Amino acid sequence: MERSRRSFLKLVGISTLGLGTLSAVDLLDKVDLRAQGFGPDPKALQGERWALVVDVEKLDEETTRKAIEACHLVHNVPHYEDYEEEIKWIWTDTYEHAFPGQEYDYLAEEVEERPFLLLCNHCSNPPCCRVCPTQATWQREDGVVMMDQHRCIGCRYCMAACPFGARSFNWKDPRTTYFKDKEPPNPRYPTRTKGVVEKCNLCAERLAEGSMPACVEAVKDTKAIVFGDLEDPHSEVRELLHEHFAIRRKPELGTSPNVYYIV
Amino acid sequence: MYNKGTIITGLVIFVVLFTSPFVLGLVTSGPPPEPELTAKAKQAKQCVEVKEFMVESHMQLLDDWRNEAVREGKRTYVATDGKPYTVSLQNTCMECHSNKSKFCDQCHNYAGVDPYCWQCHIAPKEKS
Ligand code: HEC
Ligand code: HEC
Ligand code: HEC
Repeated sequence: MERSRRSFLKLVGISTLGLGTLSAVDLLDKVDLRAQGFGPDPKALQGERWALVVDVEKLDEETTRKAIEACHLVHNVPHYEDYEEEIKWIWTDTYEHAFPGQEYDYLAEEVEERPFLLLCNHCSNPPCCRVCPTQATWQREDGVVMMDQHRCIGCRYCMAACPFGARSFNWKDPRTTYFKDKEPPNPRYPTRTKGVVEKCNLCAERLAEGSMPACVEAVKDTKAIVFGDLEDPHSEVRELLHEHFAIRRKPELGTSPNVYYIV
Repeated sequence: MYNKGTIITGLVIFVVLFTSPFVLGLVTSGPPPEPELTAKAKQAKQCVEVKEFMVESHMQLLDDWRNEAVREGKRTYVATDGKPYTVSLQNTCMECHSNKSKFCDQCHNYAGVDPYCWQCHIAPKEKS
């Protein structure tokens, strides 16, 4: 009696071991089959804290329009007339709205009337990322406040958290509205769909292949928008900030924006 | 034995009814469609990974691809055979498989899957 139980247990033990190793081998086999790995493109731009310096004087109406258009074409951003449905990646507003608290009576007329170019500030301390329940938006190592459209559930917490109005909600499907009768201009980049939030991604897909952000590229010869790494003491952005006084939007909120305006 | 005839007839009816969806499926769905290769794919001769792996696991591969590209910023994939590919559904997979309707769709229709990717990702233009 005892003997047979013992041998039975042995048999069970050996069989489980056998089955276990079999499935482990199977698993290894699967992993083996797939890929030597993923990596960044060797041409990719590398930085620790990307920033933009906007030279307001150099941004005339024509240059501003060019920068906005370049962004919207590259990212298939729809243009809705209704203010409530607007999709904003890069847009303009008045000094008073962009820099509240820093306005005063008798502000130079030139400043008061000038449209300021605004976009996501890619804050060093981004409140939008803290509130996102699905980590659809997060801060990358290089400072880009990135958005993963695949994970966005459209809760819009991030929109409430952002003090700069840099995020927009898709109330409609752009494919059946704005792009209904025309092709999205860039066939290499996705559109978005109803129910997700979107914003400027600092052209992450372009940085990855070694190109500058589209807005910067579009106005390159004017040097009105300069892109670079703030942690690199020899970068153009550092030099500009060293030589000129610049302001940021709502610095008192402590989000530490990385878009600077030379005024 | 009571009511032998009734019970056996009942059993036969039950078995026929129970298996009818499977039988019907076999009869109406026919053999699986053969995905068509474009001239470009034919020239490449092989996919990113071996065919068996692609058929079985292209959805997991695509899932990995999107996570690596979007979340990790890693947009180069080195395949098992050492060949590098740009990590992109729209610009890599669909460049070889630009005949989406005769390749991806045909098979997905047969299998009854409808990936929602194309709500955002732009499908290649096909000459109809
Ligand atoms: C370089 C061109 C090329 C690229 C890029 C490519 N494929 Fe393929 N694909 C092929 C070829 C050629 C075959 C046929 C392979 C064979 O018959 O051995 C194939 C086969 C397949 C199959 C199996 C079809 C069948 O016959 O059952 C699937 C599924 C597939 N590819 C999906 C993808 C996906 C998903 C991607 C992107 C991750 C991709 N392919 C990228 C060329 C390519
Ligand atoms: C040989 C047939 C076949 C071909 C060809 C094929 N697929 Fe699939 N695909 C499937 C099947 C079957 C599933 C469902 C698998 C499951 O649910 O486990 C699937 C699932 C998927 C999914 C996941 C869908 C979901 O909702 O989870 C994606 C994405 C996908 N396929 C993309 C593609 C793309 C892109 C191509 C063309 C380049 C392609 N497939 C070609 C058979 C195929
Ligand atoms: C809500 C819109 C949306 C949907 C739905 C969507 N994607 Fe994406 N996807 C994007 C955006 C936006 C990007 C970012 C593109 C970039 O950075 O190049 C992206 C990037 C990707 C990438 C990496 C970059 C590239 O060019 O392909 C892959 C792979 C990908 N998606 C796969 C998928 C698959 C597979 C599905 C379906 C199961 C899917 N996506 C559904 C919006 C979407």
